[in-house]
Amino acid sequence: MTLQQELAPTAPAKLVVEDVSKTFRTGRRVVHALDRISLQVAEGEFVCLVGPSGCGKSTLLNIVAGLERPDSGRILADGAPVAGPGRDRMVMFQEHALFPWLDVMDNLMFGLKLKPGLKDSERREVAMYYLRLVGLERFKNANIHELSGGMKQRIALARALAPNPKVLLMDEPFAALDALTREQLYGDIQHIWQERKKTIVFVTHNVREAACLGDRVVLFSPNPGRVQEQFRVDLPRPRDINSAELASHSTKIMRALKGHLPATEETAE
Amino acid sequence: MKRFLTAVSFFVGLLVLWQVLYSLKLWSPVLLPAPADVSIYLSEAALDGSLWTSIAVTMKRLLIGYIIGLIAGVPIGMATARLRVLRDTVGVLALGLQGLPSVCWVPLALLWFGQTEGAMLFVVIMGTLWSVILATETGVRNVNPIYVRAAVTMGSKRLHTLTRVILPASLPFIVSGMKQGWAFAWRSLMAAEIYVTILTGFGLGHLLHYGRELNAMEQVIGVMLVIVTIGVAADKIFFSPWENFLHRRWGTSG
Repeated sequence: MTLQQELAPTAPAKLVVEDVSKTFRTGRRVVHALDRISLQVAEGEFVCLVGPSGCGKSTLLNIVAGLERPDSGRILADGAPVAGPGRDRMVMFQEHALFPWLDVMDNLMFGLKLKPGLKDSERREVAMYYLRLVGLERFKNANIHELSGGMKQRIALARALAPNPKVLLMDEPFAALDALTREQLYGDIQHIWQERKKTIVFVTHNVREAACLGDRVVLFSPNPGRVQEQFRVDLPRPRDINSAELASHSTKIMRALKGHLPATEETAE
Repeated sequence: MKRFLTAVSFFVGLLVLWQVLYSLKLWSPVLLPAPADVSIYLSEAALDGSLWTSIAVTMKRLLIGYIIGLIAGVPIGMATARLRVLRDTVGVLALGLQGLPSVCWVPLALLWFGQTEGAMLFVVIMGTLWSVILATETGVRNVNPIYVRAAVTMGSKRLHTLTRVILPASLPFIVSGMKQGWAFAWRSLMAAEIYVTILTGFGLGHLLHYGRELNAMEQVIGVMLVIVTIGVAADKIFFSPWENFLHRRWGTSG
C-alpha cells in the first residue's frame, strides 16, 4: 500500500444493527440495556444517539465496536458480521484514553504500527498528517499530561483517525470539556468528517450537541433500551451550535425526550 | 549545582562532627575510631584488593539474585493479577512471605544448599521476589481498563496488549516494587553474610564480621560506609532514571 492510498479517504461503511438485545445482571437487578434494537446507518452518515443515562446508547456503541457482545442479534459492517474489535471501526471515548507512557507521536504510532503494509517512515508521515489535521503538529513530542483537556481529545481523535477506519464511534467524547473548547471541537469534527468521509456514530446526552452534529438524531428511551423516535436534521454545514434554527430542532427533540422520562429520575448508567 | 553543594556541605559537616566527638575523647578510641583511621583502613583495603574482591562477591550475589527475582516476579505478578485462582493462592502466599524477613530463610538455605553461593542467591531471591510479585499485581490491577479497550480497538491482541499496554501502564507500581525488592534483598544479603561464613566467596558482610572479631572498629565503620555508598549509588544509577522517566511522562511531581 502506498502512502497516497493510505491517506486517501476510505469508502465509509454502512452499518446495520439487527435485532440487538443486551441484558446486564448486577446482583439481583436486571437491566434491559437494549431491547431488540434495529437501526441502519448509511455510508458516510453522521448519526447521533441521544437519551437519558441508562438507555443503552453506550452499550450499543460498544457492541458496534466489538468490545461487547450482544445477547442476541448482530451487527453488520458493510455486510460482514462484527465478531470483535476491528481497525475499520475506531472508538473515541469520553476519557481520552491516551497512553501516558508514550508521547503524542507514539500514541498515534501505536495503532499505525499494528497496521501491516506500511514502512515505519510512512507511518510517521501518516501520523503527522493527522496531527496537522487536528492542528497539533507542534505538540508531536509532548507528554500527554502537558496537554489541556481539549488538546487531549484532539489527539485522541487523531489517534482514532490514523488507521483510516471506515467508521468512527464516539462515546460522549466532549462531555468532560468546558463549553468554549467544546464549541471549537464541534467545528473541527464537522470539518474532519467532511474531509475524511467517515460514517460516524456519536453518543451523547446533550440534545443540542446531537442536533448540531448529526444528519440524524436517534432518541433512545431507557428500561428497556429502545429507539423511541428519530429526527432528521437538514441544516447546512458547518453548523453553529448557537443558531436559532438549530435551537428549534433541539427543542423538538428535547420535548420528545422529556415526554418519555420516568416520573422518578433514574441515574443509573 | 546549589543542591549538590548543599549535599556536600551536609556530609562534610557530619564528618567534622565525628572528628569533634572523637577529639573530645568521650568514648575510648576502640569504640569510636577517628575518621582518619577509617580512611586509612579503607585505602589499605582498597590497595591490597580485599575491599574490591568483597564488593565484587557481594554485588554478584545481589545482582544475579535480584535479576532472577525480577524476571520471575513480574510475570508471576501479572498472572496473579489476571487469574483469580492464582490471586487466591500464589497471591496470598506472596503476601505472607513478603512479611517474612528473608534472613529467616538463611537456616533453611544453609541446610539445602550448604555454605555456598546457592544459599546466598536463594536468600536474595526470597528478598526480591515477593515484593516484585505484589507490586506488579497491584500495578496490573490498577491499570485503567480504558487503555486496554483503546488498544484492542487499534488491533492489539493478547501478548501485545500485555507487553505494550498493561506492563507499561503498571510501571509506576512495578518500579516502586523493584525498589522495595532491592532494599529487602540488600538487607537480607548483608544479614546473611554477617552471620554465616560462605566458603565460596568472602563478601562485604564477612569483612564487617571479621572487623568485629578483630575488634577493628575502623574496619566495621569503613565497611558500613561502603555499604551505604553502594546503596546510594544503586538508587542513583538504577532507579533514578526510571523514576525520572515516570515523572516526566506521567507528570507526577519529581
